[in-house]
Amino acid sequence: MTQARLLGALGALVVLLFLAALVTGPAPVGPGESLAALIEGGHGPLTLVMREIRLPRAILAVMIGASLGLSGAAMQGYLRNPMAEPGVIGISAAAALGAVLAIQTGLAALFTLALPVAALCGAGLGVALILLLAGSGSSSLALILAGIALSALASALTALVLNLSPNPFAANEIVFWMMGSLADRSFTHVLMALPLMALGGLMLLRCGRGLDVLTLGEDAAASMGINLRGLRLGVVAGVACTVGAATAVAGAVGFVGLVVPHLLRPLVGARPAALLPAAALGGAILVLAADIAVRLVLPGRDLKLGVLMALVGAPVFLHLIWRMRGQQ
Amino acid sequence: MVIRGRLAALALAGSLALPAFAEAPGRVVSINLCTDQLAMMLAAPGQLVSVTYLAQDPRASVMAAEARAYPVNHGLAEEVYLLRPDLVLAGRFTAQATVAMLQRLGIAVVIFDPAYSLLDVRQGMLDMGRTLGRDAEGQAMAEAFSARLAEIAAPASAVTAPRPTAATYAANGYTSGDRSLSGEIIEAAGFEHLAASMGLPQGGVLPLEALILANPDLVISGQPYPGASRAEEVLSHPALLALSGDRTAMQDRDWICGLPSVLAAIERLRATRDDMGGQE
Repeated sequence: MTQARLLGALGALVVLLFLAALVTGPAPVGPGESLAALIEGGHGPLTLVMREIRLPRAILAVMIGASLGLSGAAMQGYLRNPMAEPGVIGISAAAALGAVLAIQTGLAALFTLALPVAALCGAGLGVALILLLAGSGSSSLALILAGIALSALASALTALVLNLSPNPFAANEIVFWMMGSLADRSFTHVLMALPLMALGGLMLLRCGRGLDVLTLGEDAAASMGINLRGLRLGVVAGVACTVGAATAVAGAVGFVGLVVPHLLRPLVGARPAALLPAAALGGAILVLAADIAVRLVLPGRDLKLGVLMALVGAPVFLHLIWRMRGQQ
Repeated sequence: MVIRGRLAALALAGSLALPAFAEAPGRVVSINLCTDQLAMMLAAPGQLVSVTYLAQDPRASVMAAEARAYPVNHGLAEEVYLLRPDLVLAGRFTAQATVAMLQRLGIAVVIFDPAYSLLDVRQGMLDMGRTLGRDAEGQAMAEAFSARLAEIAAPASAVTAPRPTAATYAANGYTSGDRSLSGEIIEAAGFEHLAASMGLPQGGVLPLEALILANPDLVISGQPYPGASRAEEVLSHPALLALSGDRTAMQDRDWICGLPSVLAAIERLRATRDDMGGQE
């Protein structure tokens, strides 16, 4: 399958699932009626539901899925390790810690972008720490161990901050920050996440050529004129922006960046540059599908996205570990 | 209902003998926000020796100022035991491990059920009075409550025209049921309770979508606690703010406990309703 046809097929699937997400919800309204209310307006409360609740939710699902798929593909390309994924190696957890700190200190209330920027800082620190502990070329084992340590530390600190909050509801939100959810998000959140996601996405997509050459090894890449330092900066900043913004509005949704590149890699001939846009679309498909599923399985009960993602993602992760075992 | 509670307490604690109530208990400790406030109103001077720290929280307690006069406890068996109480007042759902521990230590515990209705409020006053050996005060409070309730609630029930619908909406999309104290307060104020038509008599989570589509005439939400939480973010969702109906806020303290102050809650909601009628 050519690159263009693959992207076309994935894009069509995104559109289809986007429409399905719009007509899925606890309110018992027919699909035709709800889409009419969305487009024409003037259907009273139904228009309000479609425009202010379901539309931002579906848009966020696309944005967050694309961000996570893209950052997973980029990290895996840079570290040349199929297990490098923001959720699995603790970068999402670090972003969540940044977001929770911003919310609980009141920083988030100062200006609109304060929340995603704080999450970005958390994610950036997380990526930097991971690269320091298990830089490119080191074993999968080192990467996973570093990820476990970062994950555990960030999650524990998040729980601590939320438990110290004077707000009686805050402590219950540990689940949201660790599992992620799109319930009751609004256009405020879309606008909050969009600038950083767009910036980070562009940075990561521009890394494509560098990542392609890097598959030959660092020395070969350097001799072919790739600025390795620039490439690393691009990956770190891009991942921090996309994962930070996604986590700030939806909590830590794991496994998207693991499953999507894993499934799409054979279809793009294992070329990182070709994988990046495909993984972005694939991520959008996965998160849209998961967000539809959580609403169908338990309507109106806010089943966390991370629950479904783990059910899909953990077997893939185990499969990767199994393969790694075979190689040794 | 409290009689049921007392029987349950008796069944749990063999040590709680009825003759203990023949004379007023000298040292009473309360470990529940609602019993804190009722006891502060009804106890004899010096009889109540400690209330919970929640009673001093102005968001949760209507008697925060009065509660400052008492040493606080955190509902822990250890600190309560060290206060050497003759009687501990507890709620049905608070600190069950503590209650069991205190009973094992031989301390009399009276368990009060939460007030689920306006009738329960009256009964709670009578029961608290009897428990503290202050029957006369409890009866006087219950009579005053009933009389005032009859005054302010009667006109509402006489209204035959279709009543405006009201829904409570709290953190995490929780709405209280119509068969609850807040439900009866809303109905006494002259509203139709949305939860009744939604099939949520005991309350529960109402998806924001469902609330918007039901389009109630009044949404009653709580006032957010300090220190932000995602649970409360739903209360400032643009779709909720764009509803055509009115919005008002009630603080938790106004109606979580069966106290005389629920009358003030009814009056406030009634005033809101009358304002809405004026607009139509």
